[in-house]
Amino acid sequence: MNNRIQQAFANGKAFIPFITCGDPSLEVTEALICAMAEAGADVIELGIPFSDPTAEGPVIQEANIRALSNGITTDDIFAMVAKVRQKTTVPLVFMTYANVVYSYGVTRFMKKSREVGMDGLILPDVPFEEKEEFAAVAEDFDIALISLIAPTSKDRIRKIAREAKGFVYCVSSLGVTGTREQITTDVASMVELVKKEQDIPCAVGFGISTPQQAKAMADASDGAIVGSAIVKLCGKYGKDCVPYVAAFVKEMKESISA
Amino acid sequence: MSNGRFGQHGGQYIPETLMNAVIELEEAYNKYKDDPSFNQELQELLNEYAGRPSRLYYAKHMTEDLGGAKVYLKREDLNHTGSHKINNVIGQCLLAKKMGKTRVIAETGAGQHGVATATVAALMGMDCEIFMGAVDCERQALNVYRMKLLGAKVHPVTSGTATLKDAVSETMREWTNRIDDTHYVLGSVMGPHPFPTIVRDFQAVISKEIKEELLEKEGRLPDAVLACVGGGSNAIGAFYHFINDKGVRLIGCEAAGRGIDTKETAATINTGSLGIFHGMKSYFCQDEYGQIAPVYSISAGLDYPGIGPEHAMLHDQGRAEYVAVTDEEAVDAFEYLSRIEGIIPAIESSHAVAYAKKLIPTMNKDQIVVINISGRGDKDVAAIARYRGEDLHE
Repeated sequence: MNNRIQQAFANGKAFIPFITCGDPSLEVTEALICAMAEAGADVIELGIPFSDPTAEGPVIQEANIRALSNGITTDDIFAMVAKVRQKTTVPLVFMTYANVVYSYGVTRFMKKSREVGMDGLILPDVPFEEKEEFAAVAEDFDIALISLIAPTSKDRIRKIAREAKGFVYCVSSLGVTGTREQITTDVASMVELVKKEQDIPCAVGFGISTPQQAKAMADASDGAIVGSAIVKLCGKYGKDCVPYVAAFVKEMKESISA
Repeated sequence: MSNGRFGQHGGQYIPETLMNAVIELEEAYNKYKDDPSFNQELQELLNEYAGRPSRLYYAKHMTEDLGGAKVYLKREDLNHTGSHKINNVIGQCLLAKKMGKTRVIAETGAGQHGVATATVAALMGMDCEIFMGAVDCERQALNVYRMKLLGAKVHPVTSGTATLKDAVSETMREWTNRIDDTHYVLGSVMGPHPFPTIVRDFQAVISKEIKEELLEKEGRLPDAVLACVGGGSNAIGAFYHFINDKGVRLIGCEAAGRGIDTKETAATINTGSLGIFHGMKSYFCQDEYGQIAPVYSISAGLDYPGIGPEHAMLHDQGRAEYVAVTDEEAVDAFEYLSRIEGIIPAIESSHAVAYAKKLIPTMNKDQIVVINISGRGDKDVAAIARYRGEDLHE
């Protein structure tokens, strides 16, 4: 078990922001990581951009395009993480697609992730049935391959939970990432099913954009994950986004801790 | 190893949200595929509605002109809606109905699969929504109107390159949004298991008929079967019942676009590498960091950066050959077949005709080649006219 991720959930509800690396530039990404850690982020998800992100809604799709049109590569992102690791110990988790890892070489990717100080990896297009190819190598390098459960998972939750590492990513809603007016899924029951199988932290993501939603989701679990709402700020303010994102993270962290 | 593998290819690389949906589909398919009443219903629709069996036509003029092997054309262009796509759509919609689904969604490139899906949805009284790249909507405007006429809602997809791959991505996204009442009628032998198997089985009727028809006409098997390959559904349909007949060469014709030494190509086997995308492990056109390439072909139906996992396996095994055909060669073949046999083939199918024109003169007169004419070319006439510099718009 990765210690840094475990500790992130040790002090109350965790707030987990997501940003796309290289949007608008890797310098800004580096500054965002430090500012978000400072503002109370407990774990930070770093998206490695992919040309065809099939699990993302329009907001993160556009961030991927912005980053890729800047010429950002996986190697550039590893170099940025190595740099930022000198400044912060906040747990860092990559979020990307199977092909990005597979084409880099699964072993080479995990080894490099470990070297630069990453803690985990989320691959939304690698379900339980396909995870072995990635999970075995990840474990060798102490990278937690984080499992997702969805409102449609039903009886699958048990086997997924049993083999989960790091934390369990509970997908709050049907569909792709993006902000939603309402979340109707019974998240508490999903979390309960997970905990029956393994005492592992559960964080809820997809559709959360307001402090009230974050609080409700964190109350039903161990933490809240927010992506699109933050990426929107990056898109709106570009290179000047850091203080806006930091203020948002601070507000969200305070809301879920209250 | 996971489910639905073709050698190292295939699998189910999809979001967790969709896993129970594909498991449910697999269970339903396994239940109905050998069910006599399901198959009777399917056969009746294929015969009475789609117009099967399609003809195996002896192309006398082409045979004389090329001076090599005897040429037969498998006339999938004569099916209702004008292409092989209807075979798979009838099968999947029937299955979806049995599963209690009331709404179907589908991607389309050239519009052939979209039109077939809209048609069968109209027949079966199902709601239908089609996702089509905005670029393709423009180059196949008539098909967009045709789908609307049939009662379908058409969503132009503007993300990414606004072509077939983006239409597939968007349909997958829509499926994660609404699963309960909705079936995704995937149009090719690609995507997550069980789609490559289901679509292949529904298209295998093509090679089953070729075999029967040729045995009747010639009393023997062909020496080669040619078909165009994008995702590869008409090709796998034309190859399938010959895979164990080792004497039959199986030749898939990919879209080289402006040439396989340029970036404007969609020839996956000839230029791609192993990867994971759209639910499957297979070959893809991509860069060294796994970013999917913005592929190009004159043919909207072959303009796809991947290939179905079973083709990838047949390539690995050396059982099938995959050759590249340029836009220019395909357009020449489009015009050639129109003039010499009075048959206007789809620009997709023209890729197979183009390679046949090169191959046949190198063969003997006692040999036989079958070309799968997967679709009719009416939809392409305006685009070809523009390619030839005529100012013609639909």
